[in-house]
Amino acid sequence: MSLISNFSSHIDMTQIFGDFIEPSASQEYLIIGFSPSSVPLKQRWRNNGLSADFLADYLTTFFPGNQDEPSTIERQAEIKSAVSYIANELLENAMKFNDETSEYPIDIKLLLESDRVIFSVANSISPQAVDKFQAYIQQLLTSEPSELYIQRLEKNAADESCTNSGLGLLTMLTDYTAKLGWKFHTVHQDPEVIAVTTMVQLTV
Amino acid sequence: MAMEINTEDYQICYDPATATVSFLGSIRLSGPAEYAPIAQLLTQVADVEPTKITLNLQQLEFLNSSGINMLSKFIIEIRKTARVRIAVQGSQSIGWHGKSLRNFQRLMPGLQLDFL
Repeated sequence: MSLISNFSSHIDMTQIFGDFIEPSASQEYLIIGFSPSSVPLKQRWRNNGLSADFLADYLTTFFPGNQDEPSTIERQAEIKSAVSYIANELLENAMKFNDETSEYPIDIKLLLESDRVIFSVANSISPQAVDKFQAYIQQLLTSEPSELYIQRLEKNAADESCTNSGLGLLTMLTDYTAKLGWKFHTVHQDPEVIAVTTMVQLTV
Repeated sequence: MAMEINTEDYQICYDPATATVSFLGSIRLSGPAEYAPIAQLLTQVADVEPTKITLNLQQLEFLNSSGINMLSKFIIEIRKTARVRIAVQGSQSIGWHGKSLRNFQRLMPGLQLDFL
């Protein structure tokens, strides 16, 4: 299996990592967009959880629960909890790593298919931060997730200066057995603006 | 130092009689600096060295990965001292509990985990 493919031309450059698909057109979907704003991230932080809960609530209408069948209620609650967790982590990452110097918007899209939910979050990323992020992606794609998870927790616990736990994407692999993929795309040159789309496929 | 934290989104309270810290609501803070007051509360509980500390998560609807990191760090610190036992109480009806709480046992094999 090839983990990376490069398609380059003189202007447009796209890099794909992991399980990234271009979904077909006719689907149920919901999209929420955020404009880069002057409001400090700290004040906007609570929006992540509210948006994630909204997406999760909305989605449960497609998985109706029947009071007479407890298994349907359990399944609904499980899907709601998983969607809320994953959407929140993706939004937190997008807000944290967004390139504040660009005007590129942040959006989260939730697509519903018969047997899976596809999350797709787009944000800009500082060109200087791309190498580090791609190295982390390679680590995620080539390591055994549950071992990497424990290593990461032990390392974080020993490191007082750790500001970013790096656990969000990892828990999607270990605890939710989701598939992850990324697309890096240069959307503007001079000044350089790079957009990254993170895709998470959750089997339901 | 308050042994209770109350916000719009979550509550944390400590019962000294049973050495139980109860978490309620949704905790989705942005990183270690924002989690510091909660980590400090837990450290204060551990400093008393009760035989067992219970983390009651039964009403903790959501916890983000930064919060999982904070609790994991606490469990690793306790494991190092090897003097205090830890029990974690989750709920069968909260989705993330069944998925993520078992990881705490991987950090500390003697940790008692119950789904109530």
